Amino acid sequence: MTPTPKQLAAIKVAVFVLALVPLARLVWLTLAGALVEPLQFITRSTGDWTLYFLCIALAVTPLRRLAKWNWLLKLRRMVGLFAFFYALLHFLTFLWFDHFFDVAGMLKDVAKRPFILVGFIAFVLLIPLAVTSTNAMVRRLGGKRWQWLHRLVYVVAPLGVLHFWWMKAAKHDLAQPMLFVAIVALLLGIRVWWARKKQTPARAGVVQQ
Amino acid sequence: MLIKRSPNGIDLPFPSEITPRAVFENRRAFIRQMAAGSIAGGALLEMLSREAFAQGVNPKLAAKRNPALSAQDKPTAYHDATHYNNFYEFGTDKSDPAENAGTLRPRPWTVSIEGEVRKPLTLDLDALLKLAPLEERVYRLRCVEGWSMVIPWVGYSLSELIKRVEPTGSAKYVEFISLADRKQMPGVASRVLDWPYTEGLRLDEANHPLTLLTLGMYGETLPNQNGAPVRVVVPWKYGFKSAKSIVKIRFVRDMPRTSWNRSAPSEYGFYSNVNPAVDHPRWSQASERRIGEDSFLSRKRKTLMFNGYDVASLYTGMDLKKHF
Repeated sequence: MTPTPKQLAAIKVAVFVLALVPLARLVWLTLAGALVEPLQFITRSTGDWTLYFLCIALAVTPLRRLAKWNWLLKLRRMVGLFAFFYALLHFLTFLWFDHFFDVAGMLKDVAKRPFILVGFIAFVLLIPLAVTSTNAMVRRLGGKRWQWLHRLVYVVAPLGVLHFWWMKAAKHDLAQPMLFVAIVALLLGIRVWWARKKQTPARAGVVQQ
Repeated sequence: MLIKRSPNGIDLPFPSEITPRAVFENRRAFIRQMAAGSIAGGALLEMLSREAFAQGVNPKLAAKRNPALSAQDKPTAYHDATHYNNFYEFGTDKSDPAENAGTLRPRPWTVSIEGEVRKPLTLDLDALLKLAPLEERVYRLRCVEGWSMVIPWVGYSLSELIKRVEPTGSAKYVEFISLADRKQMPGVASRVLDWPYTEGLRLDEANHPLTLLTLGMYGETLPNQNGAPVRVVVPWKYGFKSAKSIVKIRFVRDMPRTSWNRSAPSEYGFYSNVNPAVDHPRWSQASERRIGEDSFLSRKRKTLMFNGYDVASLYTGMDLKKHF
Protein backbone atom coordinates (compact mmCIF):
# COMPACT_ATOMS: atom_id res chain seq x y z
CA MET A 1 0.00 0.00 0.00
CA THR A 2 1.58 3.23 -1.10
CA PRO A 3 -0.43 6.44 -1.19
CA THR A 4 -0.24 8.75 -4.19
CA PRO A 5 1.45 12.12 -3.61
CA LYS A 6 -2.02 13.66 -3.33
CA GLN A 7 -3.13 11.10 -0.77
CA LEU A 8 0.10 11.57 1.16
CA ALA A 9 -0.50 15.31 1.31
CA ALA A 10 -3.99 14.66 2.68
CA ILE A 11 -2.61 12.22 5.26
CA LYS A 12 -0.08 14.83 6.36
CA VAL A 13 -2.80 17.44 6.85
CA ALA A 14 -4.92 14.93 8.76
CA VAL A 15 -2.02 14.00 11.07
CA PHE A 16 -1.23 17.67 11.65
CA VAL A 17 -4.81 18.50 12.60
CA LEU A 18 -5.17 15.38 14.78
CA ALA A 19 -1.94 16.23 16.58
CA LEU A 20 -3.41 19.58 17.58
CA VAL A 21 -6.55 18.03 19.08
CA PRO A 22 -4.98 17.50 22.54
CA LEU A 23 -3.96 21.17 22.63
CA ALA A 24 -7.41 22.30 21.48
CA ARG A 25 -8.98 20.08 24.13
CA LEU A 26 -6.97 21.48 26.99
CA VAL A 27 -7.50 25.07 25.86
CA TRP A 28 -11.24 24.43 25.61
CA LEU A 29 -11.50 22.69 28.99
CA THR A 30 -9.49 25.46 30.65
CA LEU A 31 -11.50 28.29 29.13
CA ALA A 32 -14.82 26.57 29.82
CA GLY A 33 -13.80 26.36 33.49
CA ALA A 34 -14.37 22.61 33.39
CA LEU A 35 -11.17 21.87 35.29
CA VAL A 36 -10.96 22.22 39.04
CA GLU A 37 -7.17 22.50 38.90
CA PRO A 38 -6.14 23.43 35.34
CA LEU A 39 -2.42 23.51 36.19
CA GLN A 40 -2.32 19.83 37.00
CA PHE A 41 -4.33 18.90 33.94
CA ILE A 42 -2.20 20.99 31.59
CA THR A 43 1.01 19.64 33.08
CA ARG A 44 -0.14 16.02 32.89
CA SER A 45 -1.69 16.25 29.49
CA THR A 46 1.28 17.96 27.78
CA GLY A 47 3.62 15.45 29.43
CA ASP A 48 1.50 12.50 28.33
CA TRP A 49 1.34 13.71 24.74
CA THR A 50 5.09 14.24 24.59
CA LEU A 51 5.51 10.57 25.44
CA TYR A 52 2.81 9.46 23.00
CA PHE A 53 4.45 11.33 20.13
CA LEU A 54 7.89 10.04 21.07
CA CYS A 55 6.53 6.49 20.97
CA ILE A 56 4.80 7.09 17.63
CA ALA A 57 8.01 8.56 16.18
CA LEU A 58 9.96 5.53 17.42
CA ALA A 59 7.36 3.20 15.96
CA VAL A 60 7.79 4.54 12.42
CA THR A 61 10.92 2.59 11.53
CA PRO A 62 9.75 -0.81 12.85
CA LEU A 63 6.36 -0.34 11.19
CA ARG A 64 8.00 0.70 7.95
CA ARG A 65 10.16 -2.42 7.96
CA LEU A 66 7.55 -4.88 9.10
CA ALA A 67 4.68 -3.59 6.97
CA LYS A 68 6.92 -2.34 4.18
CA TRP A 69 5.26 1.07 4.38
CA ASN A 70 8.17 3.22 3.34
CA TRP A 71 5.98 6.30 2.98
CA LEU A 72 5.56 6.40 6.78
CA LEU A 73 9.03 7.94 6.88
CA LYS A 74 7.55 11.07 5.34
CA LEU A 75 5.44 11.60 8.48
CA ARG A 76 8.18 11.03 11.04
CA ARG A 77 9.57 14.55 11.11
CA MET A 78 6.15 16.04 11.86
CA VAL A 79 5.48 13.52 14.62
CA GLY A 80 8.90 14.20 16.14
CA LEU A 81 8.32 17.93 16.02
CA PHE A 82 4.98 17.49 17.76
CA ALA A 83 6.77 15.55 20.51
CA PHE A 84 9.03 18.57 20.89
CA PHE A 85 6.06 20.95 20.71
CA TYR A 86 4.24 19.22 23.60
CA ALA A 87 7.50 18.92 25.55
CA LEU A 88 7.98 22.67 25.11
CA LEU A 89 4.43 23.33 26.37
CA HIS A 90 5.11 20.97 29.28
CA PHE A 91 8.29 22.86 30.12
CA LEU A 92 6.62 26.26 29.72
CA THR A 93 3.80 25.15 32.03
CA PHE A 94 6.42 24.35 34.64
CA LEU A 95 8.32 27.60 34.08
CA TRP A 96 5.31 29.85 33.81
CA PHE A 97 2.39 28.51 35.81
CA ASP A 98 4.43 26.68 38.42
CA HIS A 99 7.32 29.12 38.84
CA PHE A 100 6.06 32.27 37.21
CA PHE A 101 9.34 32.67 35.28
CA ASP A 102 11.35 32.67 38.48
CA VAL A 103 14.35 31.01 36.83
CA ALA A 104 16.37 30.85 40.04
CA GLY A 105 13.49 29.10 41.80
CA MET A 106 13.04 26.78 38.87
CA LEU A 107 16.71 25.80 38.83
CA LYS A 108 16.60 25.21 42.57
CA ASP A 109 13.60 22.99 42.01
CA VAL A 110 15.32 21.12 39.19
CA ALA A 111 18.40 20.48 41.32
CA LYS A 112 16.39 19.48 44.38
CA ARG A 113 13.97 17.09 42.77
CA PRO A 114 15.67 14.49 40.59
CA PHE A 115 12.60 13.53 38.59
CA ILE A 116 12.37 17.11 37.33
CA LEU A 117 16.08 17.07 36.47
CA VAL A 118 15.60 13.92 34.38
CA GLY A 119 12.71 15.48 32.51
CA PHE A 120 14.69 18.67 32.01
CA ILE A 121 17.66 16.76 30.55
CA ALA A 122 15.32 14.91 28.18
CA PHE A 123 13.86 18.23 27.06
CA VAL A 124 17.28 19.80 26.52
CA LEU A 125 18.36 16.80 24.44
CA LEU A 126 15.29 17.21 22.25
CA ILE A 127 16.26 20.77 21.31
CA PRO A 128 19.11 19.90 18.88
CA LEU A 129 16.82 17.38 17.19
CA ALA A 130 14.12 19.98 16.65
CA VAL A 131 16.64 22.58 15.46
CA THR A 132 18.20 20.20 12.92
CA SER A 133 14.91 18.91 11.59
CA THR A 134 14.92 20.98 8.39
CA ASN A 135 16.10 19.67 5.02
CA ALA A 136 18.76 22.38 4.93
CA MET A 137 20.16 21.13 8.22
CA VAL A 138 20.18 17.53 7.01
CA ARG A 139 22.23 18.67 4.01
CA ARG A 140 24.54 20.80 6.13
CA LEU A 141 25.26 18.03 8.59
CA GLY A 142 25.39 15.27 6.03
CA GLY A 143 23.15 12.23 6.25
CA LYS A 144 25.41 10.12 8.44
CA ARG A 145 26.12 12.78 11.02
CA TRP A 146 22.49 13.87 11.02
CA GLN A 147 21.37 10.31 11.64
CA TRP A 148 23.91 9.88 14.40
CA LEU A 149 22.66 13.05 16.11
CA HIS A 150 19.05 12.00 15.81
CA ARG A 151 19.78 8.75 17.58
CA LEU A 152 19.65 10.97 20.68
CA VAL A 153 15.97 10.07 20.67
CA TYR A 154 17.02 6.62 21.93
CA VAL A 155 18.20 8.44 25.06
CA VAL A 156 15.39 10.96 25.23
CA ALA A 157 12.54 8.43 25.21
CA PRO A 158 13.85 6.32 28.13
CA LEU A 159 14.63 9.50 30.08
CA GLY A 160 11.10 10.74 29.46
CA VAL A 161 9.66 7.45 30.67
CA LEU A 162 11.95 7.51 33.72
CA HIS A 163 10.75 11.04 34.48
CA PHE A 164 7.13 9.86 34.33
CA TRP A 165 7.88 6.72 36.35
CA TRP A 166 9.60 8.69 39.07
CA MET A 167 6.79 11.21 39.24
CA LYS A 168 4.29 8.39 39.77
CA ALA A 169 6.54 6.09 41.80
CA ALA A 170 5.78 6.89 45.41
CA LYS A 171 2.08 6.94 44.74
CA HIS A 172 2.37 3.29 43.71
CA ASP A 173 0.37 4.02 40.65
CA LEU A 174 2.63 2.45 38.05
CA ALA A 175 0.21 0.98 35.52
CA GLN A 176 0.73 3.80 33.00
CA PRO A 177 4.51 4.15 33.43
CA MET A 178 4.88 0.37 33.06
CA LEU A 179 2.96 0.48 29.80
CA PHE A 180 5.36 3.14 28.51
CA VAL A 181 8.35 1.09 29.65
CA ALA A 182 6.99 -1.92 27.75
CA ILE A 183 6.34 0.06 24.58
CA VAL A 184 9.68 1.89 24.56
CA ALA A 185 11.53 -1.34 25.43
CA LEU A 186 9.81 -3.08 22.53
CA LEU A 187 10.54 -0.24 20.09
CA LEU A 188 14.20 0.00 21.09
CA GLY A 189 14.60 -3.75 21.59
CA ILE A 190 13.55 -4.51 18.03
CA ARG A 191 16.29 -2.14 16.81
CA VAL A 192 18.92 -3.85 18.95
CA TRP A 193 17.78 -7.21 17.61
CA TRP A 194 17.96 -6.02 14.00
CA ALA A 195 21.37 -4.46 14.57
CA ARG A 196 22.70 -7.74 15.97
CA LYS A 197 21.29 -9.72 13.10
CA LYS A 198 22.99 -7.36 10.67
CA GLN A 199 26.32 -7.67 12.44
CA THR A 200 26.37 -11.46 12.25
CA PRO A 201 24.85 -12.29 8.89
CA ALA A 202 27.01 -15.41 8.54
CA ARG A 203 25.34 -17.04 11.47
CA ALA A 204 21.89 -16.45 10.15
CA GLY A 205 21.69 -19.83 8.48
CA VAL A 206 23.68 -21.77 11.03
CA VAL A 207 21.75 -24.26 13.09
CA GLN A 208 22.51 -23.96 16.76
CA GLN A 209 24.31 -26.94 18.20
CA MET B 1 -30.65 43.87 56.46
CA LEU B 2 -29.57 42.40 59.72
CA ILE B 3 -25.83 42.39 60.16
CA LYS B 4 -24.62 39.90 62.71
CA ARG B 5 -21.38 40.53 64.52
CA SER B 6 -19.41 37.57 65.65
CA PRO B 7 -18.27 37.48 69.27
CA ASN B 8 -14.64 38.15 68.41
CA GLY B 9 -15.64 41.28 66.56
CA ILE B 10 -14.69 39.98 63.15
CA ASP B 11 -17.38 39.86 60.60
CA LEU B 12 -17.24 36.49 58.99
CA PRO B 13 -19.55 36.18 56.06
CA PHE B 14 -20.34 32.54 56.36
CA PRO B 15 -22.06 31.40 53.21
CA SER B 16 -23.86 28.40 54.60
CA GLU B 17 -25.61 30.59 57.16
CA ILE B 18 -26.66 33.33 54.81
CA THR B 19 -27.64 31.70 51.57
CA PRO B 20 -28.96 28.28 50.75
CA ARG B 21 -26.04 26.06 49.90
CA ALA B 22 -27.20 25.67 46.35
CA VAL B 23 -26.90 29.36 45.68
CA PHE B 24 -23.67 30.24 47.48
CA GLU B 25 -21.78 27.20 46.57
CA ASN B 26 -20.68 28.06 43.14
CA ARG B 27 -20.87 30.58 40.52
CA ARG B 28 -18.10 28.58 38.88
CA ALA B 29 -20.07 25.36 38.80
CA PHE B 30 -22.97 27.27 37.36
CA ILE B 31 -20.81 28.67 34.60
CA ARG B 32 -19.38 25.23 34.09
CA GLN B 33 -22.83 23.78 33.76
CA MET B 34 -23.75 26.52 31.35
CA ALA B 35 -20.70 25.59 29.32
CA ALA B 36 -21.58 21.92 29.46
CA GLY B 37 -25.16 22.76 28.63
CA SER B 38 -24.13 24.70 25.59
CA ILE B 39 -22.55 21.55 24.21
CA ALA B 40 -25.10 19.03 25.33
CA GLY B 41 -28.27 21.10 25.28
CA GLY B 42 -30.58 18.68 27.04
CA ALA B 43 -28.11 17.95 29.80
CA LEU B 44 -28.36 21.54 31.04
CA LEU B 45 -31.77 21.33 32.63
CA GLU B 46 -31.01 18.02 34.23
CA MET B 47 -27.71 19.23 35.66
CA LEU B 48 -29.16 22.46 36.94
CA SER B 49 -32.03 20.75 38.67
CA ARG B 50 -29.82 18.09 40.16
CA GLU B 51 -26.89 20.12 41.33
CA ALA B 52 -27.48 23.80 41.40
CA PHE B 53 -31.07 24.34 42.44
CA ALA B 54 -32.06 21.20 44.24
CA GLN B 55 -31.28 21.40 47.92
CA GLY B 56 -28.26 19.39 48.97
CA VAL B 57 -28.33 15.70 48.27
CA ASN B 58 -27.07 14.99 51.77
CA PRO B 59 -29.13 15.43 54.93
CA LYS B 60 -28.68 18.73 56.74
CA LEU B 61 -26.74 18.93 59.97
CA ALA B 62 -27.59 21.59 62.52
CA ALA B 63 -24.34 23.08 63.76
CA LYS B 64 -23.30 26.34 65.35
CA ARG B 65 -20.29 28.05 63.94
CA ASN B 66 -17.24 28.24 66.17
CA PRO B 67 -15.72 31.56 65.08
CA ALA B 68 -12.74 31.25 67.41
CA LEU B 69 -11.52 28.19 65.53
CA SER B 70 -12.53 29.28 62.04
CA ALA B 71 -10.29 30.68 59.35
CA GLN B 72 -11.39 33.90 57.70
CA ASP B 73 -10.56 32.64 54.23
CA LYS B 74 -13.33 32.38 51.69
CA PRO B 75 -14.69 28.83 51.55
CA THR B 76 -14.02 26.84 48.40
CA ALA B 77 -17.00 26.20 46.14
CA TYR B 78 -18.88 23.06 47.19
CA HIS B 79 -18.58 21.60 43.73
CA ASP B 80 -14.78 21.95 43.73
CA ALA B 81 -14.45 20.55 47.25
CA THR B 82 -16.51 17.51 46.27
CA HIS B 83 -15.10 16.89 42.79
CA TYR B 84 -11.37 17.23 43.34
CA ASN B 85 -10.47 14.61 45.90
CA ASN B 86 -7.80 12.16 46.83
CA PHE B 87 -9.52 9.05 48.15
CA TYR B 88 -7.63 6.10 46.70
CA GLU B 89 -10.24 3.61 47.85
CA PHE B 90 -12.26 4.96 44.94
CA GLY B 91 -9.45 5.45 42.42
CA THR B 92 -6.29 7.47 42.02
CA ASP B 93 -7.58 10.28 39.82
CA LYS B 94 -8.95 13.39 41.49
CA SER B 95 -12.26 12.89 39.70
CA ASP B 96 -12.57 9.20 40.65
CA PRO B 97 -14.00 9.62 44.17
CA ALA B 98 -16.93 11.75 42.99
CA GLU B 99 -17.59 9.25 40.21
CA ASN B 100 -17.15 6.02 42.14
CA ALA B 101 -18.09 6.72 45.75
CA GLY B 102 -21.79 6.18 45.12
CA THR B 103 -21.34 2.55 46.13
CA LEU B 104 -20.31 3.44 49.68
CA ARG B 105 -23.04 2.86 52.23
CA PRO B 106 -22.49 5.31 55.08
CA ARG B 107 -25.40 3.86 57.04
CA PRO B 108 -25.52 1.75 59.11
CA TRP B 109 -22.01 2.47 60.36
CA THR B 110 -20.18 1.79 63.55
CA VAL B 111 -16.85 2.98 64.87
CA SER B 112 -15.07 0.93 67.49
CA ILE B 113 -12.78 2.74 69.88
CA GLU B 114 -10.34 0.37 71.52
CA GLY B 115 -6.81 -0.30 72.72
CA GLU B 116 -5.24 1.43 75.69
CA VAL B 117 -8.49 2.83 77.08
CA ARG B 118 -10.46 2.15 80.24
CA LYS B 119 -13.82 2.36 78.48
CA PRO B 120 -13.68 0.90 75.00
CA LEU B 121 -16.74 1.84 72.98
CA THR B 122 -18.52 0.94 69.82
CA LEU B 123 -20.61 3.82 68.57
CA ASP B 124 -23.06 3.97 65.72
CA LEU B 125 -23.54 7.06 63.68
CA ASP B 126 -26.44 8.43 65.68
CA ALA B 127 -24.47 8.03 68.89
CA LEU B 128 -21.53 9.84 67.27
CA LEU B 129 -23.77 12.67 66.11
CA LYS B 130 -25.09 13.09 69.65
CA LEU B 131 -21.83 12.66 71.52
CA ALA B 132 -21.12 16.40 71.66
CA PRO B 133 -22.66 19.57 70.22
CA LEU B 134 -21.86 19.89 66.53
CA GLU B 135 -19.80 22.89 65.51
CA GLU B 136 -19.12 24.41 62.13
CA ARG B 137 -15.48 25.30 61.59
CA VAL B 138 -13.87 26.79 58.53
CA TYR B 139 -10.44 25.21 58.09
CA ARG B 140 -7.75 25.63 55.48
CA LEU B 141 -6.80 22.33 53.88
CA ARG B 142 -3.37 21.94 52.33
CA CYS B 143 -2.60 18.91 50.16
CA VAL B 144 0.97 17.61 49.94
CA GLU B 145 0.57 17.94 46.15
CA GLY B 146 0.70 21.72 46.40
CA TRP B 147 -2.93 22.79 46.27
CA SER B 148 -5.25 24.03 48.97
CA MET B 149 -8.91 24.54 49.77
CA VAL B 150 -11.00 26.11 52.52
CA ILE B 151 -13.79 23.94 53.88
CA PRO B 152 -16.53 24.56 56.44
CA TRP B 153 -16.50 21.25 58.32
CA VAL B 154 -19.08 20.08 60.83
CA GLY B 155 -18.09 18.09 63.88
CA TYR B 156 -16.56 18.48 67.32
CA SER B 157 -13.11 18.27 68.82
CA LEU B 158 -11.83 14.71 68.84
CA SER B 159 -10.92 15.35 72.48
CA GLU B 160 -14.64 15.06 73.30
CA LEU B 161 -14.52 11.45 72.22
CA ILE B 162 -11.11 10.81 73.77
CA LYS B 163 -12.20 11.91 77.23
CA ARG B 164 -15.15 9.51 77.14
CA VAL B 165 -13.00 6.42 76.53
CA GLU B 166 -10.43 7.41 79.17
CA PRO B 167 -7.05 6.52 77.67
CA THR B 168 -4.68 4.76 80.07
CA GLY B 169 -1.26 6.17 80.92
CA SER B 170 0.36 3.96 78.31
CA ALA B 171 -1.67 5.36 75.42
CA LYS B 172 0.80 7.52 73.49
CA TYR B 173 -0.67 7.50 70.00
CA VAL B 174 -4.04 7.26 68.30
CA GLU B 175 -4.44 5.13 65.19
CA PHE B 176 -7.27 5.68 62.70
CA ILE B 177 -8.31 2.81 60.47
CA SER B 178 -10.52 3.40 57.45
CA LEU B 179 -12.99 1.04 55.83
CA ALA B 180 -11.46 -1.24 53.18
CA ASP B 181 -14.40 -3.06 51.64
CA ARG B 182 -13.89 -4.23 48.07
CA LYS B 183 -17.62 -4.36 47.49
CA GLN B 184 -18.13 -0.71 48.36
CA MET B 185 -14.74 0.64 47.31
CA PRO B 186 -13.56 -0.28 43.81
CA GLY B 187 -10.08 1.18 44.37
CA VAL B 188 -9.30 -1.33 47.12
CA ALA B 189 -8.87 -3.99 44.42
CA SER B 190 -5.71 -2.24 43.26
CA ARG B 191 -2.59 -2.40 45.35
CA VAL B 192 -1.66 1.27 45.30
CA LEU B 193 -1.57 1.20 49.10
CA ASP B 194 -1.72 -1.40 51.85
CA TRP B 195 -5.34 -1.46 52.85
CA PRO B 196 -6.95 -0.59 55.13
CA TYR B 197 -5.82 3.03 55.03
CA THR B 198 -4.19 3.76 58.35
CA GLU B 199 -3.25 7.08 59.85
CA GLY B 200 -2.16 8.23 63.26
CA LEU B 201 -1.53 11.12 65.60
CA ARG B 202 0.37 11.57 68.81
CA LEU B 203 -2.11 11.65 71.71
CA ASP B 204 -1.49 15.33 72.42
CA GLU B 205 -2.04 16.16 68.73
CA ALA B 206 -5.27 14.18 68.79
CA ASN B 207 -6.34 16.08 71.91
CA HIS B 208 -5.63 19.48 70.39
CA PRO B 209 -8.88 21.47 70.16
CA LEU B 210 -8.37 21.99 66.40
CA THR B 211 -8.39 18.24 65.69
CA LEU B 212 -11.91 17.71 64.49
CA LEU B 213 -13.94 14.53 64.49
CA THR B 214 -15.85 15.38 61.38
CA LEU B 215 -19.34 14.30 60.42
CA GLY B 216 -20.27 16.92 57.86
CA MET B 217 -19.32 19.82 55.63
CA TYR B 218 -21.16 22.82 54.16
CA GLY B 219 -23.99 22.31 56.64
CA GLU B 220 -24.69 18.75 55.53
CA THR B 221 -23.49 15.25 56.30
CA LEU B 222 -20.25 14.32 54.53
CA PRO B 223 -20.53 13.38 50.87
CA ASN B 224 -19.15 9.87 50.29
CA GLN B 225 -16.16 11.16 48.35
CA ASN B 226 -15.13 13.37 51.27
CA GLY B 227 -14.96 10.53 53.77
CA ALA B 228 -18.53 9.75 54.81
CA PRO B 229 -19.80 9.19 57.34
CA VAL B 230 -17.00 10.05 59.75
CA ARG B 231 -13.43 11.27 59.33
CA VAL B 232 -10.90 13.35 61.17
CA VAL B 233 -9.56 16.71 60.03
CA VAL B 234 -6.17 17.92 61.24
CA PRO B 235 -5.81 21.33 59.61
CA TRP B 236 -2.11 21.97 60.26
CA LYS B 237 -1.07 18.74 58.56
CA TYR B 238 -1.21 17.70 54.91
CA GLY B 239 -4.60 16.42 53.86
CA PHE B 240 -3.63 12.75 53.76
CA LYS B 241 -3.21 12.76 57.56
CA SER B 242 -6.96 13.26 57.90
CA ALA B 243 -8.25 9.69 57.61
CA LYS B 244 -11.62 9.21 55.93
CA SER B 245 -14.50 6.75 56.45
CA ILE B 246 -13.12 5.63 59.79
CA VAL B 247 -14.24 2.31 61.29
CA LYS B 248 -11.73 1.91 64.09
CA ILE B 249 -9.88 4.23 66.43
CA ARG B 250 -7.12 2.53 68.42
CA PHE B 251 -5.13 3.96 71.30
CA VAL B 252 -1.64 2.48 71.21
CA ARG B 253 1.75 2.61 72.93
CA ASP B 254 3.95 2.80 69.85
CA MET B 255 3.95 5.12 66.88
CA PRO B 256 1.64 3.53 64.29
CA ARG B 257 2.96 2.76 60.80
CA THR B 258 0.74 4.86 58.60
CA SER B 259 -0.25 3.86 55.06
CA TRP B 260 1.76 6.53 53.28
CA ASN B 261 4.70 6.10 55.58
CA ARG B 262 4.78 2.38 54.82
CA SER B 263 4.47 3.06 51.12
CA ALA B 264 7.29 5.63 50.88
CA PRO B 265 8.99 6.31 54.22
CA SER B 266 11.44 8.78 52.71
CA GLU B 267 8.61 10.89 51.35
CA TYR B 268 5.85 10.70 53.93
CA GLY B 269 6.90 11.01 57.55
CA PHE B 270 4.65 10.35 60.51
CA TYR B 271 4.11 14.01 61.36
CA SER B 272 3.45 15.43 57.90
CA ASN B 273 3.06 18.93 59.24
CA VAL B 274 2.58 21.58 56.60
CA ASN B 275 6.11 22.96 56.39
CA PRO B 276 7.27 25.24 53.57
CA ALA B 277 10.89 24.51 54.50
CA VAL B 278 10.70 20.77 53.93
CA ASP B 279 10.09 19.86 50.31
CA HIS B 280 8.61 16.62 49.13
CA PRO B 281 10.73 14.95 46.41
CA ARG B 282 8.03 15.58 43.87
CA TRP B 283 6.27 18.68 45.13
CA SER B 284 7.78 21.84 46.47
CA GLN B 285 5.97 22.88 49.64
CA ALA B 286 7.03 26.52 49.49
CA SER B 287 3.87 27.64 47.74
CA GLU B 288 0.40 26.47 46.92
CA ARG B 289 -2.53 27.12 44.64
CA ARG B 290 -5.90 27.79 46.25
CA ILE B 291 -8.43 25.80 44.26
CA GLY B 292 -11.07 27.95 42.61
CA GLU B 293 -9.55 31.18 43.83
CA ASP B 294 -6.04 31.46 42.43
CA SER B 295 -5.94 31.26 38.68
CA PHE B 296 -3.19 29.16 37.18
CA LEU B 297 -2.07 32.35 35.48
CA SER B 298 -1.28 33.96 38.81
CA ARG B 299 1.68 33.41 41.07
CA LYS B 300 1.12 30.72 43.70
CA ARG B 301 0.59 31.86 47.27
CA LYS B 302 3.24 31.24 49.91
CA THR B 303 2.57 28.28 52.16
CA LEU B 304 2.46 29.06 55.86
CA MET B 305 4.18 27.01 58.54
CA PHE B 306 1.64 24.60 60.07
CA ASN B 307 -0.77 25.89 57.42
CA GLY B 308 -1.01 29.10 59.44
CA TYR B 309 -2.21 27.38 62.65
CA ASP B 310 -0.73 28.19 66.02
CA VAL B 311 0.38 24.72 67.05
CA ALA B 312 4.15 25.19 67.28
CA SER B 313 4.06 24.44 71.02
CA LEU B 314 3.23 20.81 70.22
CA TYR B 315 6.65 20.44 68.62
CA THR B 316 8.93 22.36 70.97
CA GLY B 317 12.45 20.96 70.89
CA MET B 318 11.83 18.79 67.84
CA ASP B 319 13.81 19.00 64.62
CA LEU B 320 10.98 19.21 62.11
CA LYS B 321 13.33 18.54 59.20
CA LYS B 322 14.09 15.18 60.75
CA HIS B 323 10.59 14.53 62.05
CA PHE B 324 8.83 15.59 58.87
